Amino acid sequence: MEPIRVLLAKVGLDGHDRGVKVVARTLRDAGMDVIYSGLHRTPAEVVTAAVQEDVDVLGVSLLSGVQLTVFPKIFALLEEHGARDMIVIAGGVMPDEDVVELKKMGVAEVLLQDTTPDKIVATLKRLVTERGAR
Amino acid sequence: MNKPTDFPTGSSDDLGALRQEVKDWEANEVAAFIRKQEERKEAFFTAGDFPVKRTYTAADIADTPISDIGLPGRYPFTRGPYPTMYRSRNWTMRQIAGFGTGEDTNQRFQYLIAQGQTGLSTDFDMPTLMGYDSDHPMSEGEVGREGVAVDTLADMEALFDGIDLEKNSVSLTINPSAWILLAMYIVLAQKRGYDLHKLSGTIQADILKEYMAQKEYIFPIAPSVRICRDCITYCAQHMKRYNPINISGYHISEAGGSPIHEVAFTLANLIVYVEEVTKTGMHVDEFASRLSFFFVCGSDFFEEIAKLRAVRRCYAKIMKERFGAKNPDSMRLRFHCQTAAASLTKPQYQVNVVRTALQAMAATLAGCQSLHTNGYDEAFSIPTEEAMKMSLRTQQVIAEETNITQVIDPLGGSYYVEAMTNEYEKKIFEILADVDARGGTIKLIEDGWFQRHLADFAYETVLRKQSGEKPVIGVNCFLEEGSDPDIHVHPYDQSTADRQIARTRRVRAERDPVKFAQLLEKLVEVAKDDQQNIMPITIELVRAGATMGDIVETLKKIWGTYRETPVY
Repeated sequence: MEPIRVLLAKVGLDGHDRGVKVVARTLRDAGMDVIYSGLHRTPAEVVTAAVQEDVDVLGVSLLSGVQLTVFPKIFALLEEHGARDMIVIAGGVMPDEDVVELKKMGVAEVLLQDTTPDKIVATLKRLVTERGAR
Repeated sequence: MNKPTDFPTGSSDDLGALRQEVKDWEANEVAAFIRKQEERKEAFFTAGDFPVKRTYTAADIADTPISDIGLPGRYPFTRGPYPTMYRSRNWTMRQIAGFGTGEDTNQRFQYLIAQGQTGLSTDFDMPTLMGYDSDHPMSEGEVGREGVAVDTLADMEALFDGIDLEKNSVSLTINPSAWILLAMYIVLAQKRGYDLHKLSGTIQADILKEYMAQKEYIFPIAPSVRICRDCITYCAQHMKRYNPINISGYHISEAGGSPIHEVAFTLANLIVYVEEVTKTGMHVDEFASRLSFFFVCGSDFFEEIAKLRAVRRCYAKIMKERFGAKNPDSMRLRFHCQTAAASLTKPQYQVNVVRTALQAMAATLAGCQSLHTNGYDEAFSIPTEEAMKMSLRTQQVIAEETNITQVIDPLGGSYYVEAMTNEYEKKIFEILADVDARGGTIKLIEDGWFQRHLADFAYETVLRKQSGEKPVIGVNCFLEEGSDPDIHVHPYDQSTADRQIARTRRVRAERDPVKFAQLLEKLVEVAKDDQQNIMPITIELVRAGATMGDIVETLKKIWGTYRETPVY
């Protein structure tokens, strides 16, 4: 089976990268193909990269509170690229009501702080299995 | 160096007898107990991975010169920077605040002062921290969200309206764009007719730890360090009571570093700043007394106290021995402390009050000069007024009810704390020697060396939480079924950006465009000549209505920007 391909991204001005780097390493150690965007990316840069790299999962980490600004843009851009079936996950620190909003928008999972590595790996595997072959 | 003194057992005969007794105790009482019941672990370690013994005795600190422990307010300041410490005045209770516009944060300041807070500390929003105006496309959604938005002098005036800046010390938590904020603060003070030499306060302006840890940077390293140098030399001449830099370990810790990474890497950064300033011809004693520091106080109670005592001692030795300081004020490390935000949990969030109280207790036992205690809601969002009141009350309980403020460095002389202080000192100097041998701090930042250490420790911490080796109540042990009590989190006012942008546009419309253009040309000239100080022209610019974005975008064209190669 092909390894799961993941793009992890930091969007906006937020510099908190502790969590996203732990996730990158966790997924890499689990045998997935992981690309990490680095800091301060725009939604357009991230979606373009995700489409070009043909990833299964796009993960966006935010600890700056701008989730309800960023994710609608990401989904609109995915739509434009005809990639609305890409699995999108969120990570970081955010209030519960925002988690509810993100899920309504189409975010498949929100991995908050203190999610264990095993849970992160299992979640991505499950999401890709549920999506089925492309 | 000081000659080792037998301490405190007196003669070497006593010491020999003590060591023999410890062996005897291990072989008899301890061994007998362990046969009945094993200890919980084969080996015990601090949160920072230092091995710890079963107990400590006088033999463990016998090699420590008495003079290394010393007295409060005396070299090497292990026991505190001042001879009377909290017997004269408690630490400054300095809760950070910032959200919305200047007016919004001003209200929070007034509230905290009314609740008994004794100093102010300002958190800025991401666009301000990164040098973007509020109407820049990169600022969308971020204006006034995680801190207060400041684009122009008019915002600064709103922020400190009605607050006496000669009476209140103000901390500004900002880095790559710090010097512009400092310029605004200076112009505000001048407009109000204050004597700049009477202003006490601190601007963080510690760019090196940004490249290592917090990752708020704009320009490449060389011009960024030059800006820090310019802040330090400007303040040494014009603002004698102002701390022009707050060399910070806190973010190194929050970004995943261990306690030893925090203090050793902070001192590695200190060395760069002192070298840069002394290259201008300024003697270390002309500016070092205003260097200030910022550390976390994490959860390993005694380790944190030892860490903070050790960093004071190492600083004193570095300033005296490496930089030739003669004035004791240049050797006295003063620090702000904050409890560890990364230790807070979302599940059972009320427990965060207890975590924070214990960390604050350690910070004060370690002799901090000012303290921010985190809000119980900070695993959700920036804190509410109620959460900040609870945090402030936590400090007030420690200060007023526990009596720990009566005796200075009450843990001084504890065999364990002194032994761990020694361990920390030894390891700090080993790391600093390693940094020197590998080509110095700036080269190692570019190599990702520090970043690798932080990423590795962060990853190990996650694995230890998963395995349960690092217990976290509510996360990997003592879990509860059902949900926590409802929490009210800080709301974001959607009108913030509109209100903020309207003021910024008004300032741009009202300024004299000819004068503004001339000043920007002068800025370019100063920026290209790194022998000049960038502060005076920046002060003129902000007085003439320049926005932060005007200044930063102009300089980006000359200096370029920084992008890191991530290490993970």
